[in-house]
Amino acid sequence: MANQPIITVKNLVKNYDDFQAVKGISFEVYEGEIFGLLGPNGAGKTTTLEVIETLREKTSGEITVDGFNIETDADSIKKRIGVQLQAAGYYPNLNLSELIVLFSGLYGINKTPMEMLEKVALTDKAKSKYKELSGGQKQRFSIATTLINNPRIIFLDEPTTGLDPQARRNLWDLIREIRDAGTTVVITTHYMDEAEVLCDRVAFVDGGHIIGIDTPDHFIDQLVATGFERKKEVKSANLEDVFINLTGKEWREG
Amino acid sequence: MKYSNTRATLAIAKASFCSILRSPSAVVFSLAFPLIFILVFANIGGGGMSVDVGVAKGCDTLNPVYKALAQNKIVHLIKDQTADEMSKNLAKGSIDAIIDMKPLVPMTPIKMEVKYSAASGDKGSVLKSMLNNIFYRIQSEQLTRIQGYSGIKVPNAIDLKETIVSGREYKYIDFILPGQLGFSLLSSGVFGTAFVFIGLRLTLVIKRFFATPVKKYSIVLGEALARIVFSLLGALFIIMVGHFAFGFTLIHGIITVLNMLVLCAIGLIIFMGFGFTISGIAKNESTVPPLSNIITLPQFLLSGTFFSVTAFPKWLQYVSNALPLTHLNNAMRKVAFEGAGLGDVTHQLFILLIWGIGVYAVAVKTFKWE
Repeated sequence: MANQPIITVKNLVKNYDDFQAVKGISFEVYEGEIFGLLGPNGAGKTTTLEVIETLREKTSGEITVDGFNIETDADSIKKRIGVQLQAAGYYPNLNLSELIVLFSGLYGINKTPMEMLEKVALTDKAKSKYKELSGGQKQRFSIATTLINNPRIIFLDEPTTGLDPQARRNLWDLIREIRDAGTTVVITTHYMDEAEVLCDRVAFVDGGHIIGIDTPDHFIDQLVATGFERKKEVKSANLEDVFINLTGKEWREG
Repeated sequence: MKYSNTRATLAIAKASFCSILRSPSAVVFSLAFPLIFILVFANIGGGGMSVDVGVAKGCDTLNPVYKALAQNKIVHLIKDQTADEMSKNLAKGSIDAIIDMKPLVPMTPIKMEVKYSAASGDKGSVLKSMLNNIFYRIQSEQLTRIQGYSGIKVPNAIDLKETIVSGREYKYIDFILPGQLGFSLLSSGVFGTAFVFIGLRLTLVIKRFFATPVKKYSIVLGEALARIVFSLLGALFIIMVGHFAFGFTLIHGIITVLNMLVLCAIGLIIFMGFGFTISGIAKNESTVPPLSNIITLPQFLLSGTFFSVTAFPKWLQYVSNALPLTHLNNAMRKVAFEGAGLGDVTHQLFILLIWGIGVYAVAVKTFKWE
């Protein structure tokens, strides 16, 4: 695969009233990959995402998304991307089918609710309200709403935070399926094990800067090459493997 | 496929309408409260003055004065209280007077004793003038009889001619219903709009909308459309219940209803401006009710919702006449009862227009999207 950039960010700076959240970030996201933005809270991940998603004005810098400039073609970009926000709610008092119909209207696209809910295995919840769903179901529904407009890229902001191991692994599978169907995925997470198994490439963000960008494998190899060793000898399984082994892989409701 | 802003607007309107229908507070405030008020006040009834008169134990009930009082619709005679209870109630003003009459002895005056209460306001005077009327009639009858024997003519001091102009009966429902309609629109416009927008803002629903190609005006327009449709259906329902159950006057029938609905829409649009402003000022959902009450309560009390503004002292009338709901109510009553068209209430519409411009100027400044 020739690494064709679908998102190009050059020297992005974002100032809020009293502080600089993003201090000159540059990176590229390649078409068809799962790209991870990693870093501690307040590093500037969400701000960076929201500028790319056209939800925030940048202070300076240059961004193109699928060939469109963020300044001049925000509307074309909005039609090509799917966005899942951290902790976003949905229109109150509506069930999942009605929400899908609403979003179809907002995107100007004809999709049946069942067609979308099927993609995230929520057809049996079509008549439920969003707030009645479990954590994992909520995230899957959010992802369904990002897919309505057949986006070229989807942005997922901490989609697995607060999920149990089953729901988390289930969501990984869903995200991989989406990537395999040709959609580029940009994701933020605090879980390094997740980034390691899920992301094709990751960028570390800290203090408003990018401090490294590579494949997870490369990063690990580089660290090992410096003579780094984990204090405890690595076993061929970890506690989460034990958890999954004991409680089973099936998806839990509730 | 070309992107359609109309389609996006209608999608929001439809979602919002479903959401309003499923929110209990919207339905209660817009429909249940006005109907309860109408039910209560329509049954208290128009011109409903009554004078409660205690009848003392042993009071003669066969004389013409008592009979005249018993036939009077305003006087309510109370006979089932003890003398002790009666005098206590008289002192409190819950009985307006106590009467006592000695049995009739032919050829002597009727001996009557009336106790009034300083605690019961004007009602004592009403009874007094009614009694004077009765006395005069009895006296006149006696005089006529005496004249029959003597042949001396006593000239009339007054030659009274009374006529009643035929007209439509102005029922209390004709007053209360437009007021309730106005208030229903005010609370739906202010509370409803403020709650919806602050909710959508705080739960990031609007932010998620902004990640779609939808325009800002589509969001506002869609929400407004849903609220207008809901409120007009509510108004129509209230008018129909008022008309068919309580005899609310609709002079030109369906034309009057349509004129009223146009007024409702105008009023609601202005009131929604207050809602937009509050949603911008309020920090969170719990600050919405106090802010909304600041807007709605004074108008509830001062805009002629329950009683006519003319009942207030002059200085308070100036305040009342500055409030938008007063003018919406006045316009609504003119249209409903006097059969005015929208062209006949331009004065009221003009003042509403000024309010509209002012409110939206503030709303545009204070409204927050995120």
